[in-house]
Formats: sequence, C-alpha cells, structure tokens
Amino acid sequence: MKNADVLLSGTNITKVFGYGKHKKTAVQDVSFSFHEGEIVSIVGESGSGKTTLAKMLMGLLKETSGEVRYRGKPRQLKSHADRKKYWKDIQAIFQDPFSSFNVFHKVEKLLTDCMKLQGLKLTKEEQFRKMKEACSFVNLKFEELHNKYPFELSGGQMQRLMIARIFMLHPKILIADEPTSMIDACSRSTILDMLLKLRKENNMTIIFITHDVGLAYYVSDTLYIMEKGRIVESGPAEDVILNPKHRYTQQLISDVPKIHEEWNLAN
Amino acid sequence: MTHSVRILLKSPKFLIGAIATLLMLALVVIYPLVNKSDPFEMKALAFQPPGSGLPLGSDNFGRDLFLELVYGIRTSVAVGLIAGLCATAIGLIIGLASGYVGGWIDNVLTAVTNMFIVIPSFIILILVSVSVNSRSSLVVALIIGLTSWPWTARAVRAQTVSLRNRDHVNLAKISGHSTPRIIAFEILPYIASYVVMAFILQVASGILAEASISMLGLGPYNTISLGIMMNWALVFEAPVSGAWWAFIPAAFAIAVITFSLYMMNTGMDEIFNPKIRS
Repeated sequence: MKNADVLLSGTNITKVFGYGKHKKTAVQDVSFSFHEGEIVSIVGESGSGKTTLAKMLMGLLKETSGEVRYRGKPRQLKSHADRKKYWKDIQAIFQDPFSSFNVFHKVEKLLTDCMKLQGLKLTKEEQFRKMKEACSFVNLKFEELHNKYPFELSGGQMQRLMIARIFMLHPKILIADEPTSMIDACSRSTILDMLLKLRKENNMTIIFITHDVGLAYYVSDTLYIMEKGRIVESGPAEDVILNPKHRYTQQLISDVPKIHEEWNLAN
Repeated sequence: MTHSVRILLKSPKFLIGAIATLLMLALVVIYPLVNKSDPFEMKALAFQPPGSGLPLGSDNFGRDLFLELVYGIRTSVAVGLIAGLCATAIGLIIGLASGYVGGWIDNVLTAVTNMFIVIPSFIILILVSVSVNSRSSLVVALIIGLTSWPWTARAVRAQTVSLRNRDHVNLAKISGHSTPRIIAFEILPYIASYVVMAFILQVASGILAEASISMLGLGPYNTISLGIMMNWALVFEAPVSGAWWAFIPAAFAIAVITFSLYMMNTGMDEIFNPKIRS
C-alpha cells in the first residue's frame, strides 16, 4: 500500500475560525498523505477538528494556511469550473442522512443530479437503467423509491441512497464523515460492507471519519488520531491499535466498551 | 406545496382572516362596477346622516361616504401591497446576501440593517414625505416599503445562516450547483413560508403606516385613502359636528383589514413555525 501513488496530501494545514478575541483554532499544523485505494480513518473525539478537516478536504472550507495537493499539484478551487472538476473526483457522505436530503425534492432528483455533474447526455431509458443499477447495488428498489420524498424513507434507506449516489459518481476519493453514527447497528454493518465493496470495484480511496476506534480498526489500512486539532499519532492501523505510543491513543483504545469485561467508568 | 395549503385551510384563524380579507376585496372590486359615479361628486348637503340614498351619509363636501370608503379601501390595500412587496423584496435580498455569503459583506449589511432598526421608521417616513414634492400613492407606498424592510432582513439572515451549514446545502455544493441555484432551490423553499408570513405582516403595517401619515396630512394627493378620509374628518371638524359616520367607518375598515391580515399571519405562524424550528 505504501508504494501506491499519493493521491491527496496536505502539509501544515491550519484552520482558524473568527478573529481577535474569538479566535479559535480548529485544526493546527496537520500533515497527511492519502494513497490510492487506501482506507484511511481519522479518529478523534467530538470537537477534535475532524469534521473541519473533512470540510477542508472537500473544498467546502478554505484552509487558513498550509497547502493541499491533489495528484501532486496544488489544488485549484478558485473558479466554479475548477471546483466542479475537483468534485467530480472527490465526493462525500455526511453524518446525518435526515439533513442530507432536500425535503422539497423527490429522491430521483438526487440521482439525476449526479448524471448532470458528470456531464453525461443520456436518454431517458439510459438514465433509468443507470439509476436502477445504482439502487440495486445498495439493495434498494428504484421502482418503489423514485417517486417518494426523503421524509418517507428510513435513515438506513437514506444513507444507502447516498451510497448509491457515490456509486453513480464513482469518485477517486470518498470522504465519509461518520456515515454510520446516526443509524442503527444492523444497517451499520450493511453500510460498511457497501463502502468496502465500493472500494473493491473502483479502487477508491476512502477517508473514514469517526469517533469509534474499534470501527476504524476494523475497516482501515491507515489511522490518524486527532486530538484538539492536531494529529497526535498516525500509521498503519495494526501498529497504532496494538502498539499505541501516544497517551491519548492509549486512552481512546482503553475507552472502547468491551462486552466481556466489566466497564470501569472511574478512570 | 398543495399539502401546506391543505393544512392551512384547516386552521380556523387563517380561514377567518382569509375570508374577511377576500370579502373586503370582493366588495372593493365589485361595488365600483355597480355604482359608476365619481367618488368626488357632491351629492348632498354637508354631513348628512346615513339614510336611504346614502348608506353611510355624506362628508363635509356632501360626497357619498360609502363610495369614498370603497375607493379608500382600494387605495389603502394597494399602498399596503406595494409597500409590503417592496419591503419583503429588499429584506429578502439583503437577508439572503448577508446570511449566505457571510464574511465582511455580512458585517456591513448587518450594520446597515441595525442602523435602520434603531432609527424609528415613522420619523424617516414623516421627514421623507415632507421633503418629497409630488406624492402619488405609489410614491408613498415606496417610501413606506423602503423604511420597513429591516426586520424581514434580520429574520431572513438568521434563518439563512442556520440553513447554510446544513448537509443538504453542502451536498448541493459538492454536486456542483451554482450559488444562485443553491439559494433558489436549497435555501428559499425552506424559508418560503416565513417570507409569506412576513409579507402579510408587512402589508398590514404598510396599511397602518399609510393611514398614520395621511392623518397627519402627509399622505398621497389626488386620491382617497382611509387615512385621508380620517384626515378630512379631522380638518373639517366632523367630531365637533357629531358626524361619527365621517370617521368611524374608515377607522373600522382599517381595523378590520389589519385584523384579518394579522389573523392570517397568526394562523400560518401556528402551522409553519414548528416546521421552521425543526
């Protein structure tokens, strides 16, 4: 995995919100390099800056300082056309499926928009076939769904539709910002399996953002541990989990509730 | 959309308000078609009490007060509508711009909005009305509209700021939609019900504002509005002559219109606000 091409990398990225007295540094001096086809997890507690980092990677927030390089070149996000090009390769799934949908649009529009972003000119039948294919990939029936509004679906169905969207776009990099935190445990494993399947089919790089170390260990090749806006430890998942060096990583690992042990809340 | 309308029709408050407004508008539109005489025509002696020929009596010039009232409601509602449209449009544009764009544009626009909120709009209204030479009802409506947008702007800004960071807006952004498209399809539908409510409120306060400045004698020229009728009644001392019919019906008409508009607004508020809050 290490020999694969570096797809997205960043050096000394810092994000500061506000100014003067209200200045708040959300992400500080973060450096990383993500390789092609790799699953990377960024783990940290709430408020550690992982979502801010994710938004900067998506190009939704501008970094205060530092440089993000995409395919070895500094990324261009100045004009709308540049951004559109970038978003063809980099896509995201958000945390809360209920707020990811525009409640005024039918489900179908989410998928037709994908084809618009790709600039595909397809006939009605081809569009229909593509959407059907994407839905069957995530075990949904397009015929039952396309005429529905988002609030008529369950959280798991919504999140699966989001994955169907990614399937249609087949981006190079997928940023998944806690995609399973708002849905039940049963749907959770299905969603994770689908993400892994996506990687297998398209050699997609997945950046998985989570607070759950166990989950991160289960899915990823490389781990980045974030605390208070800094990356405190990083490396291959096995090394980080089995041989944690930083105090915070050790604490995170010991805080994972274990079913067969008594859970001691005192420390 | 049809869903929202169906829920609205179940709200008694909204229904009462809407029916009263529609009846009033129907009267105002239909009566001039039936009675084609000029409202400025003198028909009787001054301050004749209500009787068979004159349903609401006559004013100081002996003109038919009922006909005047009908034309007065017409002008007042038109002024209120234009003022409301103007205020809502300005408030919406400023609120959306400062809420969605953010940064220094937000700071500047919020500062301007706050300045307009702090200065009592009625004072500006009086000063501008005095300084403008030719006041048609359109000019008065525009002046009212230009002084009453700040509250709408502030509320729209607040809603937009909270919507801007929602995931569906982020998703629209990474789907490559342009900013005007995102504002039109991802932000506006969510605040539409609020904007309609604000518009109704602006119309009601526009009618009140017009009545207030007209009573001070600063209203539009060459027309009849409810405020102007009150002004005539005052100037020609109708209360002294005991001619209650010269001012009570006009005051009552103002009360009924604004009351029914407020009722509509409250009815909508009860239905849409939980939706906005969630």
